[in-house]
Amino acid sequence: MGGLTVAGCAAADVVAAVRAMAATVAEHRTELTHLDREIGDGDHGENLAKGFAAVLAKLDAATPETPGAVLKLVATTLISTVGGASGPLFGTAFLRAATSVGDTAELDATAVAGALEAARGGVVARGKAEPGDKTMVDALTPAAAAATETAEGGGDVAAVLAAAAGAAATGAADTVPLRARKGRASYLGERSIGHADPGATSVSHLLAALAPWTS
Amino acid sequence: MTVGLVIVSHSAALASGVRELAAQMAPGVTIAVAGGTDEGGIGTSFERVTTALAEADSGDGVVVLYDLGSALLTTETAVEFSDPDAAERITVVDAPLVEGAVAAAVAAQSGTDLASVATAAQRAGASWDDAHGSGATAVSDASVSDASVSDASVPDVAVADTAVAGAGGAAVRRTATVADADGLHARPASLLAREVGRWSGTTVTLGRAGEPAVPVTDVLQLIGLGVRQGETVEIAASGEDAEAATTTLAGMIDAGLDR
Repeated sequence: MGGLTVAGCAAADVVAAVRAMAATVAEHRTELTHLDREIGDGDHGENLAKGFAAVLAKLDAATPETPGAVLKLVATTLISTVGGASGPLFGTAFLRAATSVGDTAELDATAVAGALEAARGGVVARGKAEPGDKTMVDALTPAAAAATETAEGGGDVAAVLAAAAGAAATGAADTVPLRARKGRASYLGERSIGHADPGATSVSHLLAALAPWTS
Repeated sequence: MTVGLVIVSHSAALASGVRELAAQMAPGVTIAVAGGTDEGGIGTSFERVTTALAEADSGDGVVVLYDLGSALLTTETAVEFSDPDAAERITVVDAPLVEGAVAAAVAAQSGTDLASVATAAQRAGASWDDAHGSGATAVSDASVSDASVSDASVPDVAVADTAVAGAGGAAVRRTATVADADGLHARPASLLAREVGRWSGTTVTLGRAGEPAVPVTDVLQLIGLGVRQGETVEIAASGEDAEAATTTLAGMIDAGLDR
């Protein structure tokens, strides 16, 4: 998309953001699946790629009119196409983000940060995971906090997303030495140590896709 | 009033099996199933759960029981995606799937409301915990069924006993001799539980004379008594229809229910 330097983020911009996410997931599919093979059941990359491919098909067929409607379409599509626990978790994240932005036609930095906080809250509520459990929450929590801090400091949408992406990448990398306490990886106990969590890694990739898109 | 049930399982066969069992004891209750993935594999499907929730909802509410971890995630997400009015009528219960489904189905059959059906399923979990819980590390075969009925910590037993013994001598007691060849097993027990469900203002318990009694509405505890053919049981009731309830139940047990 390139060149979103204005303060606002309309439905078309959110569609472009989602397309960027889909491209990233397709690109990192093998890496995510490999990570998941180490400490999960080896289908995370494939499932997420399948989900975002379905999202692209939906976006080709319809043009939602508000940012919230785009996010809701992503939510409903991911939940019915991504299997296991990831479908409900990612679906809930996008659904809560959609609810958070409501009918707003154009999202400002505060709304974007609010959507990330809402997404984080939804994942925590649904998965009952806390920071340090070696889950996607470990990437989402610092990302939402950094986004909020940047928005409160007067940063624009691009700055908020860049801060979120940076914090998510650090959060995902920090899951490597952790022992999993939630999800399938927790069955492995000590053996989950030494690998990045696939869920946290995919969150990091998704947010990283938005940073170049805004600059 | 008929509360509907939804059985969410990773396996389509398991969900159908649970429905088959529960439906035998509660033929008038809508039991919708959401088993397996959209492709028919092992897992849970958002679409199937959403469809089952709509199918089970007649307006009186829906109780959902599930098998393992991500079945709950899928169910909670489906509820969150539902129309807010419908979502208010959905209660997801953490209970052993088979026991919870049977208890909830029998409660729904008797026409009780959403909260009561959910409580019935939850209590099924409580009696299961009681029989298999941490108290007895080595579960000796003979003590399992006794423990589930005699332990005073099961809340509904204690409540029922108090209600019968108290109430200013209002308790009505009657004895009956079990005619059924297989004793008070699942089907007779569910028929008694459903019958008692008709007298909402009356508390009825059943047990062997001199032994702790169980509430007749709790079909799992009733089965757990293991009462056999020819045994004499005491039915005790308090409340406005105590007389009618004891007479009817004694008549049913004396005549035999499994016909």
